[in-house]
Amino acid sequence: MKKTTYIFLAFLFLLTTFTSFSQEQRFPKPEFETGYVQPSPETPEPRTASMELVDVAILLLVISLASYFAIRRRSRTGILGLTLFTLLYFGFYRNGCICSIGAIQNITLAFTDPTYAISISALLFFLIPLIYTLLFGRTFCAGACPLGAIQDLVIIQPISIPRWLRKTLGIIPFIYLGLAVLYAATGTDFIICRYDPFIGIFRMDAEFHMVILGIAFLLMGMFVARPYCRFLCPYGVLLNWMSRFSKWHLSITPSKCIQCKLCTTSCPFDAIDFPIQEKPANSRSNVRKFILYALLIPVWMVAGSFVGMKLHKNLAKAHPDVYLAELLISQPELIHDEDNIDVQTFMASGKPLEALIEEAKAKREDFYMGSIILGAFIGLVIGSTIMNQVVFRRREIYQPNRADCFSCGRCMDYCPVEK
Amino acid sequence: MEKKAENRREFIQKSARLSLVLALGGVGGFALTKTTKDEWVWQIDPFKCTQCGRCESDCVLAPSAVKCIHAYDLCGYCDLCGGYFKPDANELSTAGENQLCPTAAIERKFIEEPYFEYIINEDLCIGCAKCVEGCTSFGNGSFHLQIMHNICLNCNECSIARVCPSDAISRVKSNEAYKVKGDFTTNT
Ligand code: SF4
Ligand code: SF4
Ligand code: SF4
Ligand code: SF4
Repeated sequence: MKKTTYIFLAFLFLLTTFTSFSQEQRFPKPEFETGYVQPSPETPEPRTASMELVDVAILLLVISLASYFAIRRRSRTGILGLTLFTLLYFGFYRNGCICSIGAIQNITLAFTDPTYAISISALLFFLIPLIYTLLFGRTFCAGACPLGAIQDLVIIQPISIPRWLRKTLGIIPFIYLGLAVLYAATGTDFIICRYDPFIGIFRMDAEFHMVILGIAFLLMGMFVARPYCRFLCPYGVLLNWMSRFSKWHLSITPSKCIQCKLCTTSCPFDAIDFPIQEKPANSRSNVRKFILYALLIPVWMVAGSFVGMKLHKNLAKAHPDVYLAELLISQPELIHDEDNIDVQTFMASGKPLEALIEEAKAKREDFYMGSIILGAFIGLVIGSTIMNQVVFRRREIYQPNRADCFSCGRCMDYCPVEK
Repeated sequence: MEKKAENRREFIQKSARLSLVLALGGVGGFALTKTTKDEWVWQIDPFKCTQCGRCESDCVLAPSAVKCIHAYDLCGYCDLCGGYFKPDANELSTAGENQLCPTAAIERKFIEEPYFEYIINEDLCIGCAKCVEGCTSFGNGSFHLQIMHNICLNCNECSIARVCPSDAISRVKSNEAYKVKGDFTTNT
């Protein structure tokens, strides 16, 4: 054997023995004399992946039935039944997790984190409702969403919300969606799951403030119908887009609208569009306004990205590395704070502060880009919301607004027209 | 005229629908290349865990889905167990005031002179990691925390993972859900 090989082998031997002894067992395992049999630790298996596919199958079934009830059978009772089932199964039995809303984040993470692969069930939970909505309108919201279900069942005295307020509040879901994607993409947090107001109720166990939030939403939901769906839900943004161009959609009347106005107050969500016949008198100036607002959209987007750029440091604070690095830079005396677990753990880990700061800087870079895109996106949303205010669309009949209608089927019962 | 407008609207609707189908197909198709058959579950890496105590307080469940499990293979079966007794225990007896575990979840059983077996009663364990800390600092480190998957809700994002100061909790494929400390001689 060559000398170098010899040295190498000796070195290898030293290395292996060293590593195995560096974690040496302080007290050797005894040799028992009494025939003692050593138990082995129990590790109960998780719910199997096939069970998750059962959930997907149930989702498919419920959403298919909801579409059938909404469009073919025209049965509010059927939809109500599905709502109850969804509340019990996806809500209370499956604890509202995984849900399509949260799946947005899994999709995002699959795009941005190379080590993360999405499970098929999460992907299907994300895609199935969108595909169905593109075909049949938001029947997912009507019968298959546990968050929608719990809110739908507490509606007692819905008040009508003025259009301008609805449109203004309607921008929040876009912001929420943007933030959720930003935080999921940077691996910071799953904010949709974290701030899901109803999950505490589904689990019947949560932090106090989350339970309070859930109850507050339900109380509000008695009067402002489905507040989460309308003014927060980030998945609703996507459903809204799909539903606008859906192939089929629930209609209030089974055949022809006779303009009896009986359905006008039936929708708790102000989702019925009234007929508009005449063009507004000053249609010339309207066109001019439209062009002006359209031209302003890029301005909104630039302004948005500017705000995003200004805010990126604040947004980045939510990331634990950035937070810790900033904390240690601004308050270096915290190193001696025995009670600060994060700082103490970091100090004990032996990682140099510079390394942490480097990581935090890199994260901030991600947030810099992300916040600019987020800002531009929100600018686009605000700009087009304003532009849409002056769009004139002729309508002869009372019909559900495809974007906002949840296909709940309430209005159908109000229409006196026979098939 | 009327007809024309109708046709045009139909056309816009159709093209918009088509582009949405394409967008969905694009997102779905890409995501499909990144799917796994397995589900994901959360796992604690006991070699990274620093026993900070957040596993007890930050799980969405109370008591936490995190429990202490005992790798008997590693255990020295010591009389003076660093995970069982408080450092300042006045005698090595099972009296409550000597025990480190706040819920008396650890059962101490005499096997043969001078060895004792320690069994964790998981119904009582709250995952506070006090025993783990004791065992890791003074003993062999055979006590360690794991997420129990018969209890864990498999949250889309584990709320402990978010606050774990040692980044000890991560997503793993469900067919290797546990990381139980093994025998040190095989170094697993
Ligand atoms: S189905 Fe009718 S009542 Fe229900 S949301 Fe749509 S328009 Fe409103
Ligand atoms: S939060 Fe992390 S470090 Fe703290 S006890 Fe749990 S696994 Fe260990
Ligand atoms: S000390 Fe804490 S972690 Fe250990 S057995 Fe008791 S409750 Fe469980
Ligand atoms: S995934 Fe949820 S239930 Fe499981 S340990 Fe983490 S917080 Fe607890």
